[in-house]
Amino acid sequence: MAEALIFSLVIGICVGLSAGYLGSIMVLEKMALVGDALSHVALPGLALGILFNFNPFFGAFAFLFVSAVAIWHLERVTKLAFETIIGATFTLALAIGILMVPEPDLLEALFGDITKVGLLDAIIAVFISIIVIFLIKIIYKKVVLGLISEELAISHGVNVARTNLLYLLLVSLTVAIGIKITGTLLVGFLVVTPAAAAKTISSTLFRYFTLSSIFGAICSFSGVLLSSYLNLPPGPLVVLSGITIFLITISIKLVSKF
Amino acid sequence: MESRDDYILKVLNLSVALQNQRILDNISFKLKKATTLAIIGPNGAGKSVLFRALLNLVPYSGKIEWSDKVKIGYVPQLLSVRDIPISVKEFLSFKGNSNVEGSLSSVGLDSKSILNKSLGVLSGGQLRRVLIAWAIIDEPNVLLFDEPTTGVDLDSEEAIYGMLRRFTKENEITLLLISHDVHIITEYSDNMLALNKCVIFFGESKEIMNPSLQRIIYGEAVCVERT
Repeated sequence: MAEALIFSLVIGICVGLSAGYLGSIMVLEKMALVGDALSHVALPGLALGILFNFNPFFGAFAFLFVSAVAIWHLERVTKLAFETIIGATFTLALAIGILMVPEPDLLEALFGDITKVGLLDAIIAVFISIIVIFLIKIIYKKVVLGLISEELAISHGVNVARTNLLYLLLVSLTVAIGIKITGTLLVGFLVVTPAAAAKTISSTLFRYFTLSSIFGAICSFSGVLLSSYLNLPPGPLVVLSGITIFLITISIKLVSKF
Repeated sequence: MESRDDYILKVLNLSVALQNQRILDNISFKLKKATTLAIIGPNGAGKSVLFRALLNLVPYSGKIEWSDKVKIGYVPQLLSVRDIPISVKEFLSFKGNSNVEGSLSSVGLDSKSILNKSLGVLSGGQLRRVLIAWAIIDEPNVLLFDEPTTGVDLDSEEAIYGMLRRFTKENEITLLLISHDVHIITEYSDNMLALNKCVIFFGESKEIMNPSLQRIIYGEAVCVERT
């Protein structure tokens, strides 16, 4: 149990850092709900992992990867917003996933479980987080420039379509490793709330993504720790920790206005 | 006698269609180095699309020939900066050029007081100057400005155009700008290209003072013969 807790805390910090960093882009892109909706797509993949006895991370990531590419392609063809496309499709994935996941495992899949976390999960999380953070660092300026003006970004040599695809793949990876801790229903929270809290008290990009990453790590770390002590699912406790940080930053913002 | 090198840009039979709609039709003009061209025309005339074609951002037919070693700085009309926590220094450093302070002083901004400010809190005039600083930071020889004084008060507008005029003359920069303002066109540009999907007029900017030409430009479209 102690080992599982340590592994869970390691995963929590990794997921929190990468989700917070990535989330800082998503909130700017007004794609806050994309991570949330996309996370539900992982459920059928998780179900396959549980049913056929392989690491559910790989099933979840495969489904997320295929969905991300499909969403990216649909956006280019239909010119609909990512949020619209994902909103139209994610409920189907959630419905299929719930039907597929065996009932005893459903709660774990939806809200996370730290008791079954092993060394391999922790190694995967550390490895993937390093890759995700490294790649986000590469595309960060390009994405922000594209947000300021897509024409400005293209004229500066940024391939907006390719950057968007990479970005969606990074969302998929982050969501896939986050599922273990928060479950599919709540992992989207990790990419939204830390960034929203950081944005409230930031005037520079550096401060914004740094705070967002730190807040992400703090709320998932404290959520996992509380889950161990209170013997409750970690997902809801990560959410409560994050909301506390969010409320504190709003209070700071309000106080600084007076 | 004109040599081939006098021209920095030659556009021949340029046409652009987007979503099955013809936006630009058979546009031809030539632009000499270190001159200023004002592009005018009613809304929907294709002015911004012409810029996008010149920057190779949209598919087109016809020919766009920039002279060798051309380096273009571009500022679009629409920007979303209000909702992004990014400082002036961070924005300008995106270009990977260390001359951030130099480019700010070139556009008349005090770098010490503005570098760490968020783009979202700048006034319209300050923001436009920062965008011009962005465009000139890597020392281009052509500048494309899509309505460079959008959201700027009249005094600041004059100051920005005056600054642009000085800067482009001192550094022998070719400037293409989109404007609706007759005064700006006569004061700050050498030539003008009036568009309404096709070329309505191309010639010296002072011709804009001719009332019959103004009627043509802002009235019913009458395309001029291609030369």
